[in-house]
Amino acid sequence: MQVNEFKPKIVAFCCNWCSYAGADLAGNNRLNYPADVKIIRVPCSCRVNPTFILRAFQRGADGVILCGCHPGDCHYTSGNYYTRRRMALLFSMLDYLGIERERTRVEWVSAAEGAKFSTTMNEFVETIKNLGENKRLEDLRCKK
Amino acid sequence: MQKITRESLIQKGVELLENGTVDRILGWGKGEFGYDITPTVFYDKESFSKNFEFSSFCGANFSKYLLKETRKGGKILVFIKPCDSYSFNQLLTEHRFDKDKVYVVGISCEGMADVNKIKQKYGEIASVKEDENGITISTLYDGDKTILLDEVLLERCKVCKGKECVYFDEFIGEVKENNPQDRFEKVSALEKMSADERFAFWQNELSRCIRCNACRDVCPACTCEKCVFDNPNSGVENKAISDSFEEKMFHIIRAFHVAGRCTDCGECSRVCPQGIPLHLLNRKFIKDINGFYGEYQAGKEIGSRAPLVNYKKDDLEPSEAVKREEE
Repeated sequence: MQVNEFKPKIVAFCCNWCSYAGADLAGNNRLNYPADVKIIRVPCSCRVNPTFILRAFQRGADGVILCGCHPGDCHYTSGNYYTRRRMALLFSMLDYLGIERERTRVEWVSAAEGAKFSTTMNEFVETIKNLGENKRLEDLRCKK
Repeated sequence: MQKITRESLIQKGVELLENGTVDRILGWGKGEFGYDITPTVFYDKESFSKNFEFSSFCGANFSKYLLKETRKGGKILVFIKPCDSYSFNQLLTEHRFDKDKVYVVGISCEGMADVNKIKQKYGEIASVKEDENGITISTLYDGDKTILLDEVLLERCKVCKGKECVYFDEFIGEVKENNPQDRFEKVSALEKMSADERFAFWQNELSRCIRCNACRDVCPACTCEKCVFDNPNSGVENKAISDSFEEKMFHIIRAFHVAGRCTDCGECSRVCPQGIPLHLLNRKFIKDINGFYGEYQAGKEIGSRAPLVNYKKDDLEPSEAVKREEE
């Protein structure tokens, strides 16, 4: 094993009703996902303000993934539809500024999809490991 | 209908003051050099006739000033150019002020000059004068020069949205044919570049930002009483120092906050002391919104629903939004 292996910091915003329960199910089923993923529970994927995502990068995250209920299954009826529009615009803007498009992702994970949660996270961590450290969106003001 | 002049606007303003329709006027006030025109509230006809100015340097959009002005008593007269009327409508849509407290005189416009473009071309200028032949500038070292308005148009006037006001109580002037250029030309060119080139472009542009917040202060869509950029805990309240991609957070957040509500009035680029093409960020959002969710012009109709507070069941997935760009 390499001593200086890159350990990415990954923030996953998970909605309380589907994706967080999906992560729980993954745990119950003994499905592995990397410890680099730090889950932040939010009431709904719609709670995630685009500024939260930028803030995560600012504070040193290397990748941010947002998980919510499948469109149409939102606990609050329509929250994730708004999320979808917001994130489409935000990701497109980040891409426009030349930031690697693989660093951000939206994935719909239901409470029954523990397996999907674990494969998604494994995949995402792998992608970020290949990309390396987040340099383009870091903020030196927040570096401790 | 005649061409609008300073005198015709003064006549209109004095008339409305005298017959009691309004008790004060929000208009362009004279500056020291002719090009530094400042939005001013005039309370009497003497100061109005003396200090009011109308020339090709009256780019300032008054819509945002109405937020504070309509909280006072009485009625205010405001001069609105066609592109300002979109911002006016957008603020009405957001219920930001009472339209009964404003008397809107819509005026036709043939484009406004960008003083920064003149300065770039001819160096510092001492004063400007305007007549039928064009704009005469006195440069500091090169003597007088006459230039045509078309050479130094503001960015937003090259891609003019239309010569008709979308809201007014009274309209003066004449509506002319409009041949705007494609406003997304530069955005499309940037999209075609590689990610590294785009990053280099924005690094170059945004590293000039001095965080004066002028773009936020002037923006007619930025009307929050409490702004995220004033929050000392936000991490973006100060100027970033020694950062390779300075102030990207500020600019992404600023552009996102007005996404879907931005009328593309171009005030942000006009006031930027560093000449950063901020409208390219806003236009990117407008282009995406038009492409993903159908054509939408903020402020065109009162009460229209902005794309970010609306949805369709078969909207595009965020991953596809990014992929589309490669094509």
